[in-house]
Amino acid sequence: MSPLGHVTSSAMPVSLLWAVDVYGRVYSLSTVGQQWEQCRDAQMEFKRATAAQQCCWGIACDNNIYLNVHASDLPIRYKEETYENQRWNPVDGFSERLLPSDRWQWSDVTGLQHQPLDGFRLPSGSWEWEGDWYIDENFEGEPTETGGWSYAIDFPAFYTKDKKWNSCVRRRRWLRYRRYKAMDTWAKIPSQQTSLPDPFSDISCGGWEVSEEPRGRLSLWAVSLQGKVWFREGICHHNPEGSLWEEVALPGEVVQISCGPGDLVWAALWEGQLIVREGIGRDCPKGTSWAAVDSPSPEVGVIHLAVGVDVVWAVTKDNKVWFRRGVNSHNPCGSGWISMVGEMMMINVGLNDQVWAIGSEDRGIYFRQGVTASELSGKTWKAINVPRDGDRSHSSASASSLQSAGCFFSGEVRAQSVMSDADLDEKGSADRDSGCVPSTSPETFVHPLTDPTPDQPADPPKPRIPKVTSDSFISELVSDREPGKTSKELGPAAPAVLEEEEVSLGEAEIQAPCAGATLSPGPSGGASGLQWSNVDLEEAQSAQARAGAAAADSADTCSLSSVATYTLALEDPYGADEHPLWAWVSGGGCSVDSHSQLNWFNSSANTLSLIQSVQSMSLSVTPAQSAAWKRQIFEQLNERTKREIDNFKHYEQAIEQSVWVKKGTMQWWRDWKPHKWIDVHFALEQFSGPEGDKDGILFIYYNYYEEKKYLHAFINEVTILVPVLNDSKHTFAVYTPERTKQRWPIRLAAATELEMHDWLALLSVACCDSRGIQGPPSKQAIWSVTCKGDIFVSEPTPALEATPYPTPCDQMFWRQVGGHLRSVECNSAGIVWGIGYDHTAWVYTGGYGGGFFQGLASSTDNIYTQTDVKSVYIYENQRWNPVTGYTNRGLPTDRYMWSDASGLHECTKANTKPPAPQWTWVSDWGIDYSVSGGTDKEGWQYAADFPASYHGHKTLKDFVRRRRWARKCKLNTTGPWQEVPPIPLSDVTILLCPPGSGMAAVPLWAISNKGDVLCRLGVTALTPAGSSWLHVGTDQPFKSISIGASSQVWAIARDGSAFYRGSVSPQSPAGDCWYHIPSPAKQKLKQVSVGRTSVYAVDENGNLWYRQGVTPSYPQGSSWEHISNNVRRVSVGPLDQVWIIADKVQGSHSLSCGTVCHRLGVQPMEPKGQSWDYGIGGGWDHITVRGNSMEPPILRLPSLTDPSLLSFCSPLSVRNTEVNGSTVDS
Amino acid sequence: EIYSLCAVGSSSNMADDKDILRDVWFGRIPTCFTLNLDEGTEREAEPYYLLLPRVSYLPLVTDKVKKHFLKVMRTDDVEEMWFEYEGTPLKWHYPIGVLFDLHASNTVLPWSITVHFKNFPDHDLLHCSSNSVIEAHFMSSIKEADALKHKSQVVNDMQKKDHKQLWMGLQNDKFDQFWAMNRKLMEYPTEEGGFRYIPFRIYQTMSDRPFIQKLFRPISSEGSTHTLGDLLKEMYPDALTNDVAFSEKNQK
Repeated sequence: MSPLGHVTSSAMPVSLLWAVDVYGRVYSLSTVGQQWEQCRDAQMEFKRATAAQQCCWGIACDNNIYLNVHASDLPIRYKEETYENQRWNPVDGFSERLLPSDRWQWSDVTGLQHQPLDGFRLPSGSWEWEGDWYIDENFEGEPTETGGWSYAIDFPAFYTKDKKWNSCVRRRRWLRYRRYKAMDTWAKIPSQQTSLPDPFSDISCGGWEVSEEPRGRLSLWAVSLQGKVWFREGICHHNPEGSLWEEVALPGEVVQISCGPGDLVWAALWEGQLIVREGIGRDCPKGTSWAAVDSPSPEVGVIHLAVGVDVVWAVTKDNKVWFRRGVNSHNPCGSGWISMVGEMMMINVGLNDQVWAIGSEDRGIYFRQGVTASELSGKTWKAINVPRDGDRSHSSASASSLQSAGCFFSGEVRAQSVMSDADLDEKGSADRDSGCVPSTSPETFVHPLTDPTPDQPADPPKPRIPKVTSDSFISELVSDREPGKTSKELGPAAPAVLEEEEVSLGEAEIQAPCAGATLSPGPSGGASGLQWSNVDLEEAQSAQARAGAAAADSADTCSLSSVATYTLALEDPYGADEHPLWAWVSGGGCSVDSHSQLNWFNSSANTLSLIQSVQSMSLSVTPAQSAAWKRQIFEQLNERTKREIDNFKHYEQAIEQSVWVKKGTMQWWRDWKPHKWIDVHFALEQFSGPEGDKDGILFIYYNYYEEKKYLHAFINEVTILVPVLNDSKHTFAVYTPERTKQRWPIRLAAATELEMHDWLALLSVACCDSRGIQGPPSKQAIWSVTCKGDIFVSEPTPALEATPYPTPCDQMFWRQVGGHLRSVECNSAGIVWGIGYDHTAWVYTGGYGGGFFQGLASSTDNIYTQTDVKSVYIYENQRWNPVTGYTNRGLPTDRYMWSDASGLHECTKANTKPPAPQWTWVSDWGIDYSVSGGTDKEGWQYAADFPASYHGHKTLKDFVRRRRWARKCKLNTTGPWQEVPPIPLSDVTILLCPPGSGMAAVPLWAISNKGDVLCRLGVTALTPAGSSWLHVGTDQPFKSISIGASSQVWAIARDGSAFYRGSVSPQSPAGDCWYHIPSPAKQKLKQVSVGRTSVYAVDENGNLWYRQGVTPSYPQGSSWEHISNNVRRVSVGPLDQVWIIADKVQGSHSLSCGTVCHRLGVQPMEPKGQSWDYGIGGGWDHITVRGNSMEPPILRLPSLTDPSLLSFCSPLSVRNTEVNGSTVDS
Repeated sequence: EIYSLCAVGSSSNMADDKDILRDVWFGRIPTCFTLNLDEGTEREAEPYYLLLPRVSYLPLVTDKVKKHFLKVMRTDDVEEMWFEYEGTPLKWHYPIGVLFDLHASNTVLPWSITVHFKNFPDHDLLHCSSNSVIEAHFMSSIKEADALKHKSQVVNDMQKKDHKQLWMGLQNDKFDQFWAMNRKLMEYPTEEGGFRYIPFRIYQTMSDRPFIQKLFRPISSEGSTHTLGDLLKEMYPDALTNDVAFSEKNQK
């Protein structure tokens, strides 16, 4: 178990907050860390940093832009390709001699571009070649036997892999991969353009939510010293550096720009007004035009701003903080400014619209607490007080970086006043780069000075902080102006000035003015604070802390006012009293929200020793120790029981056991037509049997034509309790074997969610008690997942796989496990992984319960918070008419103009709710372009009529069109799962372990949600999460993977073809190469499952295929044999048992889709089995039987006494016979 | 009743808290009830043997005892029943397990309790006229504990029927029924890391004060989790040094 799990109760993926201090040193702070780690790699000082989750961009003091791509288990690789073209002539046959009118002999796919092998260059020094050029032997998913050649009549034409009599030309593809190598290091972005602008002074990255394609796409905006704005084209996963800078036309000179994760981009002009980029979309990430927004106050312009998904924060020249109301994708300009508490130098908005800021007084970094989707402006500023890694020990590394800092600031600096110090700093950097920066126009710096405040010299000395960045220099100058000062002085006397008030008209939607007092240090602040009833404690405390910090500052002021001491301070920045002075912060890669538990605020600035002591204290109770004392208590109790009860069992019990009844009211979906919900009384009677075993009966009392009747179910016959997806009612279904056969469960609805959860937990405990089941699922457990994402387990018995009389699978008892997943995979070593709807990977922790199973139904350990995100889709439908074209006016017979996929139900943006009450919206409606069949630029799909098959472009025959809208919703729940960051997955498979085998490392393979094949290292029964991913190269994205008992790895590519991985063994866990396996004729495979020897696959049309002819010497097998149709998913287990999720299973009362089915008659000699047995359903999406290695009992039939015949009953001993046997018929 | 002082994570394959709760709940003391010799009987009374639940109260589980001895009693000699062990009247408002551990932990089992029907020791014992008195006492203990744990927020949010379920669970020895409700009283928000204060009493025999009860936080000022040892060190250091018989109670 990871020690992390004990520090934070929720497994949070680690991410980083980036910051630059005033000396230009770059630091990062981990969301699970407690100190700033200096980025030692940075060779020089930085001015700016802007982070995304996968990388961080920075401007260094050489004015170049640097990129730091975080190392990942997934390499960044790019496939270069070129085509070799040949023409046939009667003399040479096929040769490189082409006709003069032909394409180049080496060209791109179109033939228009000349592309010789040696013409390819690495884009920058950050790339390396993975190997040499090689020929692609496959053609459209099929292997060619002709050296990769494909043939055609002429260029350009239709190519086939077979040479025909009229094939006059041929071509083949050459491939070569290059790999980005500059991971976790600051790599300079080469300036490929000679006309590159004057030096950059600001950058901001974002835009990753604008479009998912291409993968890893980012928008990077930059501002040059002359106030021009540039956009970096072409940044995506396989091109992290981007391609080129494009200048963006401007209405004025920009001083700073900010780009949010979505489509918000704002910039501040030199004059203090703001401009907002409009027209940003997936087809135009750069946007089209600018709109102007006025500064919050007419006199004081904005010097800094930060945008998120739905927020804009700004800082005016007097360091006041403003929040822009009403900003969203449709209204990027927002509707009004709200003044916020706090005086900041800069602000940054990170992920989830969380806000970070640097205080203008103390230069500390603050986090805005309480920012939620419903309260985007948050509640309070809270200082991040964690030490830097260099604070205590002067490591040699920090000493050297210190030296370089001294070097950079140069000897003269010390003799200068602070102001000119900063000035020189700029000059210095400009001089150093005189080559590429011909002139740093000095007037840009003078500009703000043209309007100096006359009384500036009269200002009392205040703490001065050296500036590294050019515009923080400006802000320093303007912050010295009168308005800021006066407001500060007025603060305590007139708290109203500092209150959060709305400048523009409109109702106050932010919280009541809460902290007018908090900014004003001194006793008067406390008094005025009392007026406000909702001043919360934390705010008061942070105010105290800040007052303390302010006091420390003012104490420093006297010493710093002399230049000499200041110089000293520069020489010894690690002085004991020095708190870090920050220049810049970026939270763009920092994944926190208002619920995150961070360790950043626990300590005050100079209490490192305290932190250390706390750390050592919390470490003093290790899990092992706590386990020890728990076990001790348990053992002592056992001894007590032995002493006090065991010898006296014949004594009478003081309290006689009796029946306990729990009653309630509910609604029941009545059994007879017309079906509807009717009110019923509901009762659970529980009683203990003579042996202490428990049982119960469930009663449902209803009225039938004024007559009282009831329905009952014995608790020990209930096989499952399933929460049912329903957006208006809190419903669940109760199944017994009988009800499963009917496909007609008892459907019940509780009045509230809480009531339903109470009943479900109670009934679940009652069912488990009656069957004597408690504690976590066994290693053999069968896991399944419903379409609602609920997870169920069933404990198999040896009889489940018995032949010829297995336990019918409608008798299997399923109990729910907390959490929310799309799929689960496991093996019999107890290693269980799950994948969420948002593709997050989760590992099972060994607990049980969670979710609404609390108290007795849940383990107290190993339960963590779990989140999942999924999209809800609705369709906008339109019909063409000759007058107005496409409109939302349909024919009377048409579907709703806003509907679900079927068109039968009206679903408008306003009335569509999240799938269940536990889900909350986390995004707005947006057009979904990733619909199968493709869409046009506005997301429309066209068809001749409803319902029909849709295509992505309009033709003359199309009269209707539709487009899909998606909205994300999020679930917060708990369960025995811990996240395995950071790569999102779409499939996972774990090696089937023979029972009792103590394998050290268990092979686990996965497919990332982008189709990369991955192999997990370090997975053992004790460390089921493993340690890191090993990337396995493929020439195309994959979608399904499975590993059998003898390490046979099969996979399905996105194009529907199958692959076998050669030479996988414990010594070579990743194998060596892929063997292409042709799909069944005209079918695209979608999923594969490999058991001990059997290989089964499901195709996109629901057919189940068995792989014939698989032998140890020829593991690829020979052909696919059709087994069944209407199959959604297959799971083959370690006994070669075959279980599927089937569509359309007819019961006596109803038909169900998504039903668990078991293949009967599977035997070593008959791996394909004979028929299906139907279990729980419908609504099931996934099952895995890969943990069940329980051998069925061997039937000793009297006639089978001959030992040679007996061996057929023991599958292990006949393995070879079986394999050889099946080879014969292939 | 000595459980859940702190909830710290542990590995998956060991005793779960739930097992401990069960073992605590189903703790039984084998007891032999004998009638006091001075009682006016018509004939000799046989002793009565019973397994008493540790978590319950004497009057709640001794209906059978009363019925048994009343058969031999002269009706006019019958007053309120009370119990005594080796000369010490047993306070019915202490849980049975506490009484046993406090007075008789070194005894040979079964625990021999003397039953009285007259000379009620008014200055030692509270009168217990009906089960509703026990219920009132029990509920006030629950409320007192929740005041310490959650500023009474949880118990006040419960409905009357929820209170009844707790009481009926105890009265009928229904573990599931009791804990279905009691778990709400034992929960706390994860971010708070524990209750406000740990409700506890340290009962003592050799003192004029019947028990020690003070405010004690589950988390130390340094942020670490307090252990039972920490509590005893602060409240009753003798317990750690001497082998003094004590009984500690963490109220439900």
